[in-house]
Amino acid sequence: MASVETRLKVPSAAKKGEIVQIKTLASHPMVSGQTKDSNGKPIPRDIINTFTCSYNGKQVFKMMLEPAISANPFIAFPLRADQTGTLDFVWVDDNGAVYKDSAQITVT
Amino acid sequence: MRLSPSRSRLSRRRALALGAGAALALAAGFKPRAALATPDDVKKWLAGIGPGSPQGGKVTIGAPEIAENGNTVPITITVDSPMTEANYVKTIWMAADGNPAPGVARFDLTPANGEAHVEFRIRLAQTENVIAVAQLSDGSLWTASRPVKVTIGGCGG
Repeated sequence: MASVETRLKVPSAAKKGEIVQIKTLASHPMVSGQTKDSNGKPIPRDIINTFTCSYNGKQVFKMMLEPAISANPFIAFPLRADQTGTLDFVWVDDNGAVYKDSAQITVT
Repeated sequence: MRLSPSRSRLSRRRALALGAGAALALAAGFKPRAALATPDDVKKWLAGIGPGSPQGGKVTIGAPEIAENGNTVPITITVDSPMTEANYVKTIWMAADGNPAPGVARFDLTPANGEAHVEFRIRLAQTENVIAVAQLSDGSLWTASRPVKVTIGGCGG
């Protein structure tokens, strides 16, 4: 399994109550299970199937992914900034591998 | 769009490996593949969401009218609803009626999101309809769908 890299775009500061846009990307091939290798053997499915975002320990967003999600899944969603703290992002793939990233947001 | 370079960029080796993978995937895409989903499959998939049938409205799907590359079709789903503890969008589903399997994604939202809006990229095997269903915290189901013309199908959805 190729190494998976994650990238985040989270504003470092926001006003209390402001709705900020969170953008995430994981470099993952998202093998759909529909493709075959050069010998005609099906390539087993291997996708990121779950993505979650927690805000100071509380889950605020979850996505369940199917093979119809493109490779290197890009996921963006809004979040209401109401307290200074940490955003934790977790991606889980079919092999049970867990990829984590986090970001700080300062709310004034 | 530029994401912050908090992680290292693609190495040359990795870029080459990705390229080779893409070529393979492309070759595989031209071979016959499993049967594609039909509108009936989507109905079954919808029934699996839960009781009740969704009504039209509140949900807006943003998608290109024509997607040149079915491997990455940018999609947005917006639901016209407050996002308060008393009244919010709990779940959004997306399906596609011409892919090998109808399900595309499920999103669980919370009032903390402030707005009911998601953005992501999907694979479409052919010209087909994308369908979004949203469930609000009061249990009501809302839906929208729109066709997307695909020039080159995303191999095997």
